[in-house]
Amino acid sequence: MSQVSPPKKSIRLPSRRTFLIAGTAAGGGLVLAYYVSGIGKSRKPGTLNAYVRIAPDNTVTIMAKNPEIGQGVKTMLPMLIAEELDVDWKQVRIEQTDADESVYPGQIAGGSMATPLNYEPMRRVGAAARQMLVTAAAQTWKVPESELVTGSGKVRHVPTGRTLTYGELVDKAAKLPAPSLDSVKLKDPKDFKIIGHSTPGIDGPMLVKGEPLFGIDVTVPGMFYAVFQKCPVPAGKAVSANLDTIKKMPGVRDAFLVPAGGQFGFIAEGDMQYSGLMSGVAVVADSWWRAEKAREALKVKWDEGPTRLQSSEGFARAAAALGKKAPAFTLRNDGDAAAALKGAPHVIEAAYAYPFIAHATMEPQNCTADVRGGKAEIWAPSQMPETGRELVAKTLGLDPKNITIHMLRAGGGFGRRLMNDYMVEAAWISQAVKAPVKLVWSRADDMQHDFYRPAGWHFCKGGVDKAGKIVAWQQHFVSFGKNNKFANSCDMPPYSFPAGRVPNLNYGATVMPSGIPTGPLRAPGDNAFVWVFLSFIDELAHAARKDPLQFQIDLLGKPELLPGEGEGLDTRRLLGVLEKVRAMSGWGKRKLPKRTGMGVAFAYCHLGYVAEVVEVAVSREGEIKIGKVWAAVDIGRQIVNPTAAENMAQGAIIDGLGEALNQKITIENGRVVEDNFDGFSPLTMRQTPPIEVQFVLTDHSPTGLGEPPLPPVLPALCNAIFAATGKRVRSLPIDTALLKA
Amino acid sequence: MRYSLHVNGHIHTVDVDDDTPLLWVLRDAMNLKGTKYGCGVGLCGSCTVHIDGEPVHACRRPVSSIGISKVLTIEAIGSTPIGARLQEAWLKVDVMQCGYCQPGQIMTAAALLARNAAPSEEDIVEALDGNLCRCGTYLRIIEAVKLAAAGRKGA
Ligand code: FES
Ligand code: FES
Repeated sequence: MSQVSPPKKSIRLPSRRTFLIAGTAAGGGLVLAYYVSGIGKSRKPGTLNAYVRIAPDNTVTIMAKNPEIGQGVKTMLPMLIAEELDVDWKQVRIEQTDADESVYPGQIAGGSMATPLNYEPMRRVGAAARQMLVTAAAQTWKVPESELVTGSGKVRHVPTGRTLTYGELVDKAAKLPAPSLDSVKLKDPKDFKIIGHSTPGIDGPMLVKGEPLFGIDVTVPGMFYAVFQKCPVPAGKAVSANLDTIKKMPGVRDAFLVPAGGQFGFIAEGDMQYSGLMSGVAVVADSWWRAEKAREALKVKWDEGPTRLQSSEGFARAAAALGKKAPAFTLRNDGDAAAALKGAPHVIEAAYAYPFIAHATMEPQNCTADVRGGKAEIWAPSQMPETGRELVAKTLGLDPKNITIHMLRAGGGFGRRLMNDYMVEAAWISQAVKAPVKLVWSRADDMQHDFYRPAGWHFCKGGVDKAGKIVAWQQHFVSFGKNNKFANSCDMPPYSFPAGRVPNLNYGATVMPSGIPTGPLRAPGDNAFVWVFLSFIDELAHAARKDPLQFQIDLLGKPELLPGEGEGLDTRRLLGVLEKVRAMSGWGKRKLPKRTGMGVAFAYCHLGYVAEVVEVAVSREGEIKIGKVWAAVDIGRQIVNPTAAENMAQGAIIDGLGEALNQKITIENGRVVEDNFDGFSPLTMRQTPPIEVQFVLTDHSPTGLGEPPLPPVLPALCNAIFAATGKRVRSLPIDTALLKA
Repeated sequence: MRYSLHVNGHIHTVDVDDDTPLLWVLRDAMNLKGTKYGCGVGLCGSCTVHIDGEPVHACRRPVSSIGISKVLTIEAIGSTPIGARLQEAWLKVDVMQCGYCQPGQIMTAAALLARNAAPSEEDIVEALDGNLCRCGTYLRIIEAVKLAAAGRKGA
C-alpha cells in the first residue's frame, strides 16, 4: 500500500535474483541481510545490514526499510517477515532503516508498489531465518528437522515436547550458511497468523502521545532555523534583497541569495524531473518564528522571467482555441473515428476541464541538514530519498558516499515528497552557514511551490449505434509541454480505457508551454483521466438509453487481457468489481427520492481494480449531500493488513471527493493565488459520507491500495449528480451554482 | 522577554519575543513537538491545545497573552481520564494514517467530551469539523470519539 507514484512507465516489476547473507550481529544474535541484485547500487561494498535481528532474550527486531508516509508500510513489511519467521507479533520490535538502496532496495513510497514488490521477497526473508533456526535446533538435539515445528518464536521437538526459544538458538544459527531464498518453504496462507489479520499501526501508541516522530520534529544540537523565500513566479530569480536590514533583525544569523541549480526543469520535456534548487533568499535565525518574521520584512527584487503573465484563464482560453483545431500529435488511432462519427445515429460532444491541484500534505515540506567538511547528514521526510541524495550530491558537489539520509515519518506524501527540493534547499543553506539547519516551509510556501497535478482539457466526441454500442470515440487532449512532448506527469497513456473496446477510436494531443511545475499526485493521470473517460462513457450510456452500470459491463466485452499497466487490464477483474458493487449498493433496486441519484465508475489503476457507486442528493439550491459511497476492490488474493487497507481505501475516496468538491489552484500573473486552507482544502469531516469498502479476493498476487480507490469516485459522484439533476458536470471542482433547479 | 508559563502542570521559563505564537514556544522553546504546525492561521486545528480547559489554536495565541493560564498539550492529555480513554480508543480503532493531524484531533475531542460526555454524531462533527485530516481518517475519528464516550460508563 502506498499513496502515490512516479509515472506509470516506471512501474515495472523487476526481475529479481535474491540472496541472503547471514552473520552474527554486533551485540550478539543472528542477522540476516537480504540483497536484491539488479536494483541496488553498491555504494558501500561489504555493508551488511539486517532485516532481522534476534537477541538472546528472544526479542525480534525487524527492519522497516521503506519511507512511512501514512500508508502503513512500516507495519506491513515487517508483518510479512514476522509471519514466515513464525513469531508472535508482540515479540516484534520495528526499526526504521536509513536510506541506502545498496542494502535495502526499492526505498520508495510510490506507485502503490510496496506490496507487489515485497510481498513474496519479505516473506522469504522471514522463512529463511526460520529455516536456519530449525537447522540449529536439529543440530543441538541431534534429531531430524522433520520432527521439528515452530511457533511463537520457539522450536519444538514433537516426539519429546522439548522446546528452545529462537533466542537460545541464535548463536548457533548465526554460524550456519544462509539458505537460498528460492529454496525456502513458505507457509500455506491458511496457516497465516499475522498476514490477513488486522494489525494496528506500529507507531500508533507514540502518535497519540505526540511523540516527535516526524521530519518537522527533528532537533539537532546547535541547529539554526531557516525559511526560504522563493520567487512567487516559479521560473523567476532573486536579483537582490535588503539583506543588510534583514541581518540586523532579532535573532537572525544570516541572510543570503541562493542561486538556482541542480536539474530543475520548469518546461520539462518528456521524462520525469526530480526538481532542484530554485533561486531565492534564505533567512537563518535562532528560532523559526524569528526567521519567519524577518522574512516579512524582506524586500526582494525578482526577475520574474518569461512566464510572469501566465494565468489559469489564459491557459483555458488557449486550450479552447487549440481544442477547435486538430491535435498536434496522435496518441492512438484505431479504425476511422471521423468517418464512424458521421455515420452514428447518436453523437455526443463534450469538453471536460480540470484545474491544477496541490498536494497540501498536512505536514509542510521540511528538512534538517548538517553539511560541513564535505559531509552531509540529512533528516528528511522523503518518499524517494535516493534521488534526493543524487540531487544534493550534484548541486552541492558532494560525494554521494558522504551523504547520510535518515528517513523520518512523513505527515502525508501523496507524491509531493517524491521531489526532494526541500532536501537540497536545507543542504545548501546548511553548507552556506556551516551549521546544522532546520528548514521549515510555511503553509504558503508549501501551497505556492508545489509540483501540481497538471490542469487539462479534453475535447470529446462519441458515437453510439442503434444497438446502443459505442462505435466511435474521438478525444483531443490539451495539456502542457513543448515540441509535442508532455511536461512532467502530463502524459496520457495511449492504452487508456476504452481503447481496445471501441472499433474507431482516436486519441490526439496538443501541448502548450507553461511555467507551472507539475508532478505526480496520488493516482497520477488516473485522478483526472478516469473522471473524463468514465463521465463521457456515462454520457454515452444515457444517449444509448441504457442502464449506466450495465453499459459499463457491456463495454468491457469478452474476458481478456487488454494492453495496460503491468501485465495489462484484465476485463474479468473489472467485471468482478462492477458486479460486486452493483450488489453492495443495491443498484437499480431502490426507489430514490427526487433529486437523489446514484452514479457508478471503475478504474484499473496501479494494478488494482476498483468499482464505486456514489449516492448523492442535490438540493434545489444546488447543495450537494453525498449519502454514501460503496467501493468494491480487487487487489488480489490476500489483504495483508485489513484494518490499514480499509482505512487507506476510505482515505483515497475521501481524497478524491476533496478534489471533486473543494480543490483548485489558480494561476494569476504567473503565480499561485491560493496560500492556505481557506482557498484550498481537503475534504472536511462534515463533507465526509459513510464509505463501505469490500474486497473481492481473486487468485492474483497481492498489489497495492494507496491509489486505486481514488479515481473512480470523481466520475461516480458526477454521474450520480447527473442522475439526480440531469446536469452534467464537465468542469472541476464542481460548481454547485450550476446545479440549481 | 522572559515568560513563566504553566504547561502540563509545570512552570516553564522561556525567553522569547512577545509576539511568538504559543505553538512555536511549545515546539521550539520547550521542545514539546506534539503540537503541530499545519497552517499557522487557525484554519486546520493541528495546533490545538487546551488553555484553561478550552480548545484553542496555539498558532494564534501570542505568548504574551497566556499569562497565568494553564496550558495542556497532547503530551499530557493522557494524564486526564478523558484523554486516556481517547488515546486508547484511537489505538483500538486504529485511526491513524500519517498521524500528523491526530494530536489536534485528540485535543479537540477531549475538550468536547469534557463538556459533553455523550455527544451525538452531529455534536462530534460540529466540534471537530475545523480539524482537517489530509489523509481522510474522519470516519474512524468519529468512531473513536464514540468509543471513548461509551467507555466512560465502564471507567
Ligand atoms: S496550525 Fe494552528 S490552526 Fe492550523
Ligand atoms: S492522519 Fe494524516 S493528516 Fe490526519
